[in-house]
Amino acid sequence: MTNAWTDIKNTDLVVVMGGNAAEAHPCGFKWVTEAKAHRGAKLIVVDPRYTRTASVSDVYAPIRQGSDIAFLNGVINHCIQNDKVQWEYTKAYTNASFIVKEGFGYADGLFTGYDEEKRDYDRSSWDYEFGEDGFAKVDPTLTHPRCVWNLLKQHVAAYTPELVERICGTPRQKFLQIAQMIGECSSPVKTMTSMYALGWTQHSHGAQNIRAMAMLQLILGNIGVRGGGMNALRGHSNIQGLTDLGLMSHLLTGYLNMPTEKEPDYKTYLSSRQFRPLRPGQTSYWQNYSKFMVSFQKAMWGDAATAENDWCYHYIPKLDVPAYDILRMFELMNHGKVNGYLCQGFNPVLAFPNRGKVVAGLSKLKFLVTMDPLETETARFWENHGPYNDVDTKAIQTEVFQLPTVCFAEDQGSLTNSGRWLQWFWPAATPPGEAKADTWIMAQIFLRMREMYRKEGGAFPDPILNLSWQYHNPGEPEPEELAKEINGRALTDLRDPADPSKILVAAGKQVVNFSQLRDDGSTMSGCWIYSGCFNEAGNNMARRDNHDPDNTGAHPNWTFAWPLNRRTLYNRASADLDGKPWDPSRKLLEWDGAKWTGYDVPDIAPTAKPRDVMPFIMNQEGVSRLFARGMLRDGPFPAHMEPFESPIANPFNPKMRGNPVARIFESDVAQFGTSEEFPYAATSYRLTEHFHYWTKHNRVNAALQPEFFVELSEELAREKGITLGGWVRVWSKRGSVHAKAVVTKRIRPLICDGKTVHVIGIPLHWGFVGAAKKGFGPNSLSPFVGEANIETPGYKAFLVNIEPSNGPGGVTA
Amino acid sequence: MSTPPRPAKPRLVYAQPGDAVEPGHPVTVSRYGPWARVNHWITASSLILLAISGLALFTPALFFLTTLFGGGQNTRALHPWIGVLLFVSFFVFFAQLWRANLPAKVDVVWLSKIKDVVGGHEENLPELGKYNAGQKFIFWGMAALILLLIATGVMIWEQYFSAYFGIPLRRWAVLVHSIAAVLIICIFILHVYAAIWTRGTLRAMTRGTVTGGWAWRHHRKWLRELAGLRRRGPAE
Amino acid sequence: MSGSTDSPRTAVSNPPVQPMASNLGAGDVIRRSATSELPPPTRQLTPVAKLIDVSKCIGCKACQSACIEWNDTHPAIGENVGVYENPHDLTENMFTLMRFTEWVNPATDSLEWLIRKDGCMHCADPGCLKACPAPGAIVQYSNGIVDFIHENCIGCGYCVKGCPFNIPRISKADHRSYKCTLCSDRVAVGQGPACAKACPTQAIVFGTKEDMKKHAEGRIADLKSRGYDQAGLYDPPGVGGTHVMYVLHHADKPQIYAGLPENPSISPLVQSWKGVTKYVGIAAMGFMAVGSLVHGVFGRANRVTREEEEAAERLVDSAGPPPPGPRP
Repeated sequence: MTNAWTDIKNTDLVVVMGGNAAEAHPCGFKWVTEAKAHRGAKLIVVDPRYTRTASVSDVYAPIRQGSDIAFLNGVINHCIQNDKVQWEYTKAYTNASFIVKEGFGYADGLFTGYDEEKRDYDRSSWDYEFGEDGFAKVDPTLTHPRCVWNLLKQHVAAYTPELVERICGTPRQKFLQIAQMIGECSSPVKTMTSMYALGWTQHSHGAQNIRAMAMLQLILGNIGVRGGGMNALRGHSNIQGLTDLGLMSHLLTGYLNMPTEKEPDYKTYLSSRQFRPLRPGQTSYWQNYSKFMVSFQKAMWGDAATAENDWCYHYIPKLDVPAYDILRMFELMNHGKVNGYLCQGFNPVLAFPNRGKVVAGLSKLKFLVTMDPLETETARFWENHGPYNDVDTKAIQTEVFQLPTVCFAEDQGSLTNSGRWLQWFWPAATPPGEAKADTWIMAQIFLRMREMYRKEGGAFPDPILNLSWQYHNPGEPEPEELAKEINGRALTDLRDPADPSKILVAAGKQVVNFSQLRDDGSTMSGCWIYSGCFNEAGNNMARRDNHDPDNTGAHPNWTFAWPLNRRTLYNRASADLDGKPWDPSRKLLEWDGAKWTGYDVPDIAPTAKPRDVMPFIMNQEGVSRLFARGMLRDGPFPAHMEPFESPIANPFNPKMRGNPVARIFESDVAQFGTSEEFPYAATSYRLTEHFHYWTKHNRVNAALQPEFFVELSEELAREKGITLGGWVRVWSKRGSVHAKAVVTKRIRPLICDGKTVHVIGIPLHWGFVGAAKKGFGPNSLSPFVGEANIETPGYKAFLVNIEPSNGPGGVTA
Repeated sequence: MSTPPRPAKPRLVYAQPGDAVEPGHPVTVSRYGPWARVNHWITASSLILLAISGLALFTPALFFLTTLFGGGQNTRALHPWIGVLLFVSFFVFFAQLWRANLPAKVDVVWLSKIKDVVGGHEENLPELGKYNAGQKFIFWGMAALILLLIATGVMIWEQYFSAYFGIPLRRWAVLVHSIAAVLIICIFILHVYAAIWTRGTLRAMTRGTVTGGWAWRHHRKWLRELAGLRRRGPAE
Repeated sequence: MSGSTDSPRTAVSNPPVQPMASNLGAGDVIRRSATSELPPPTRQLTPVAKLIDVSKCIGCKACQSACIEWNDTHPAIGENVGVYENPHDLTENMFTLMRFTEWVNPATDSLEWLIRKDGCMHCADPGCLKACPAPGAIVQYSNGIVDFIHENCIGCGYCVKGCPFNIPRISKADHRSYKCTLCSDRVAVGQGPACAKACPTQAIVFGTKEDMKKHAEGRIADLKSRGYDQAGLYDPPGVGGTHVMYVLHHADKPQIYAGLPENPSISPLVQSWKGVTKYVGIAAMGFMAVGSLVHGVFGRANRVTREEEEAAERLVDSAGPPPPGPRP
């Protein structure tokens, strides 16, 4: 989230698209009802299904899953055509005026530089024209034919309401009604918020879905303002924390990257990251990259990390592929290239796509360790559960270690919510039986491994032997110790560069925040963006002061928001070029002539003059990007791409399948189905009664939604002879499931490209362990393909077939 | 009745199988066999228990009667089962007696002289078969009300049948059930009082016999038929 | 929240840290089932109400879950029968239930998914209490809560027939009737109902009935501004008003919300059963008994005479067909 949950109450228009906030985030959704009740805000829901969010909406429009870019580009086009643009904002705070290199272009659904063999683009033409001074060239009049604005205008011109209707199946009138409502938020005193979730991310073109909305929000002037923003509703209470702390194979903490094989030394690594500004006077905060990186390395290896050894840069693994994401791991597992798998708080048998492939992969392991507070299907993947897990137990030789862990209510620590708030929590219960904290388990494994390396040596024992492990009880680091380490501290006295006699932070003391981090080895910090969470003032995450001056929704003394307790990112953009709030009634910051004042921590230096430093300090340009240069693999502008399994061909290029640069493993190509074989468009989702695969263990949740089902329209049910509450079989090229049929008016057939498209909804909460009835999940059916940039598996758009059945045990009708 | 009686096995008009006269002083007339009496008393006690438990649930003023059954829960649980018992025993009884209770022309005459009935002026009444119109009324009234009570009772038998009947129907049922119950209690009172007032009646249900004089006074045609039978041989 | 002497004003507040004595006692009972002579209440509590704003409800079932947890009930894990209602009906283990209706608005031809939280309405004129034959099994407090006192319940199911909303359910296990208590045990210690506390969108709010009506006015104005011309409050006068009220977008058509009765009242059948039938019935039975008694006392017993015995003897003894003897 750029903003916070509590800030949603400030909005005038809520667009829920690519998510289902009321069902998947009911507690956060209260802020939508607040905005509706107290500001008269309107709610728009665009979704293939009429969801429980739609049930409280002002306008609902159906859309075919996977076609969101077409819809959003259509809205951008509508806004441009109808002059619904916050011009002052767009000109000042976006790269609309930047001039793009000659040679950049887009045709037949592809940008320039496409290599079909490599399934990749040569992105060199996707960049600005640079002047002699090294700065990007701009045309503030927006008349240059190759300025970003004109290229954007040209790019979206194709997305007429007619084309939107043809691709998305959204009735033209509904689309226009929504486009008009959104367009009204181009007024500086009207804001719109975008609430999205995995309905946008879990596509092969997920990042572009989000970009399309972000661009729309930028031209409406809705980023950085109260009640605006791009608000990703995170799917777990701490999934934001997971990304922040870099629990991904290509990330270190705080969005520092893992080095690649092409970066054998620290200097090379840093050269492509320590960005210099692309416009005069801009901040480009990544100039501080080395301070964060060195502090991270000091946190990892302490005294072993020295300037001479590049702070132990050689300890850090170098990636030979873009990422060892989960899809690649299971691909490798299937090839017998992975022997052991530590599965901590994950249930891949239900969570990862193409369950058949997942189970086959696990069956080839030598050992599998699961750490979970609950029984999981993954821990039991070898157990035969009849039709629900029909495996040949004897043929599986994987040794499974099932380690029970504490659950959130039995532990203490912090959870980072969607609004980037690090909220400390305390145990409410004592863990049962042999359950142990994850930190205990990890520490015990580490200590034993270190001992083995110490005694027996190994190929490269140094990173493990030298790992900094300075905990009171090495066998069980305390959450507060870890939090302090994440915040960072001074290793030697930090002196004021202006006045060396002045000690800013004494050795051993916590740094106030990341502004005090240095790249000379005098500071350490486990995760720079979290720095400030636990400083000498104490555990700021444990703060529970609910005061909210002037009811802005900021609640500045409630826990700690990263970065620097900032509640709204890019908040400088809430004021015009001169520092006056666009909407005085929704002031966040204001330039008082000497400094920025207001309700939030400004994201530029507090004394940076209004016209000097632009709000988007993490970008080299200082402004936001309507044109993303080569930063995404699949295009600088979002362009419509069909899902890999789609009921219709891409109208821009019928030969193009899915995202042209998404990675496909060879073995998976044969497992894509066609619309002839599998005519129905399936999607997966959560239900409000459950949380993933956890709550099926709880008798209350299980009673409230006991059994696996699929949803389909009355029309399709009639066509197929499917009855309400009857059994159906749903199958794809990859698997087959049996489910109860919920026949509903809430799903209606769509007309896309002249073809009737029936949507089948498949919720994801059932498996073969737990209190609820045994069932299946959509991952038995979904394809093994990830998002082109980040490899998030695509669960939201694939093809299936359906027929009435006699249930899992019965003979197919 | 118009069929001429066969000489070998005379067709009984008024009497029922098992009815017989025994000469003596006074004459003894068998009116009810042992099974009929057992049945009658099962029915009677069921009806009494039903009335008590029913009334306890009918009006708060009588709720205290539930203590006789061990409390409200037991009363609620027992009442319908006693109802089933009553229904079964009564209709066995019914099968034995219904023929003798079929209406006859003489009943109209009897009813037209109801004042004489109430006044005990039997001499002004016509000769009757085994039952008079009042008894027949009680018999048929009981039969009809018991049918109604069992039918509506099942509908409001929460424990087993609540799922089968809609609430609007159950509201009708509970209303009809209570009205029927009131009526059957009224009939019951009439029946009991008539049995007491008409001296010599009770022994019909205790010993199973009445005196010849009783039969002569109240059911002379019946007595005549039985006497005739005696001359011709015992009834089948 | 006001002092400890009266009803709580909200469900949002956190529980008091100090233990509290129950603030809902025998002196607050204004009606008691099957009890005619009730001592007058010792005070008048401020009437409370739960307001369910159907237009804010997202059907998340947090209310159901909170209800199960607070009341420690154990609804069965059933099966899917093609709908979202789970359990499929109110049960002795499920005092409240989200009912889902897919309704196509004929005026706009657009689908509306109407989600109504069903449960006891806490009528000012409670049909259950009227029908109940067991003294003290149902009570009504002066704050408006209608509560079932299970130890007095006999499981007869009369309350089911008395209720105009089809709410009470009789347990097959212990044969007692169950329904929403409006969390009388929470209200008694200054808390709002568990469902209102758990509701993430505050579609369920709790407070004094007066406050809730005012709150509803604001909600109705908002709905009217969104084109719901017929938005309104459901507080049916036929049962004297209720202490659970709804804000409906289509208050002119309550039946579309899973059969919410349009103008509920205690059924005339129940009225006459508990009214005229009772009185007339008792009178009739009394009349019969007294009439018999009077006849027995003042009338002459119907005795058989000696002559009659002799006539019978003659009849039986005579060989021939008995002569038509003289009538005695």
